[in-house]
Amino acid sequence: MLAHIFEAAGIATVVLSSVREVAQKVAPPRALHCEFPLGRPLGIPNDVEFQMDVLRRAFALLTEPSGPVLVDHPLVIEVDEQPVSCAIPPRFDASLPPCVDEARGIKKAYVRALERRGVTSVGRSISADEVPNALAVLHAIANGQDWTTAEIPGGNIMSLCHDIRTYYEEAALELIDGPAPGGRAMENWFFEKTEAGATVLKARTAMRDAGAKFPVWFYMAPGNR
Amino acid sequence: MAYTLRIEGRPMNGDQMMRAHSATLPAPQFDNPAWVSPVALANARVAIVTSAALYAAGDEAFSAVDTGYRIIDRERRDFVLGHWSPNFDQMGVKMDLNVVYPIDRLEEFAAQGIIGSVAPRHISFAGNQPDDVSTIRLDTGPAAAAQLRQDGVDVVILTPV
Repeated sequence: MLAHIFEAAGIATVVLSSVREVAQKVAPPRALHCEFPLGRPLGIPNDVEFQMDVLRRAFALLTEPSGPVLVDHPLVIEVDEQPVSCAIPPRFDASLPPCVDEARGIKKAYVRALERRGVTSVGRSISADEVPNALAVLHAIANGQDWTTAEIPGGNIMSLCHDIRTYYEEAALELIDGPAPGGRAMENWFFEKTEAGATVLKARTAMRDAGAKFPVWFYMAPGNR
Repeated sequence: MAYTLRIEGRPMNGDQMMRAHSATLPAPQFDNPAWVSPVALANARVAIVTSAALYAAGDEAFSAVDTGYRIIDRERRDFVLGHWSPNFDQMGVKMDLNVVYPIDRLEEFAAQGIIGSVAPRHISFAGNQPDDVSTIRLDTGPAAAAQLRQDGVDVVILTPV
């Protein structure tokens, strides 16, 4: 849609389409459909030549005499079905719920990532320091506490879960002990290999079964989980 | 709202589910779509418009239903990912900004003379929107386009997320 709007303002546009059916339906003036992992429109992080090639193919559509134009990039990049290989520090305080202990254990890695990158996307509703306590609240909900009476840090459980996941994924950038993660590999690690991810999913299920409204529980995690 | 979770008897992965779901969403219709014959690329000023909800650190965050946009200065690289959907890979952009916002690639193209110049300002919208996108269509979208026209932008690369 934005392509039509910008074209109407006198700017030639090229869309890097991620969903072919949408590109067909909306029919922007020019679209290069790239069957790459969602969230990676230029395909491969840190691969300069690959990204330059994607853009050259996109720019080539500007020479078409009329539209709509829809061309497919010849390569398909699948998501990575495996979790990234990532070492989690061992348990430190057995008196804490596992997810709380784990979140504390990766704090140093998170701080290193923040110092290296200079920016964090944690903070939609809670800070990094609040993550362990937030997990304690989710742990209680997952184990039977009425979520409607729980004190949700930040007041929004969807953005709370988003902040927890972001904290973990940014910390994991410093803990990866294998190849760079493909699309969704870090998500797979969080939800399938960490106590925090398991707790989010268990709390989500508990809220769903307790009658929470669809958007509230559904968007605590990706829709396919 | 229905999400299909299986394909050919196998569980869908997240991307398959999102693509299948996105294909069912209503799409705004443009009866007389515009078409611009652009200047030669080597003379064109190029900008990026992304819906990854990126915003420069310290700028206003995107709210859960945010039809606005953020202006991104060409020089900035310190971005927060303010997207509210959990349904896409969030780490690609954190490993390499250019996989969503290829600003360094544009600078390299400009240095090589392949494009005329890189725009001084770029635009970020939030891709998580309700079915009714009339505010973007009628208000914020045209406003963003006008700002890029003021900057002399000839070509926009759009990266939807």
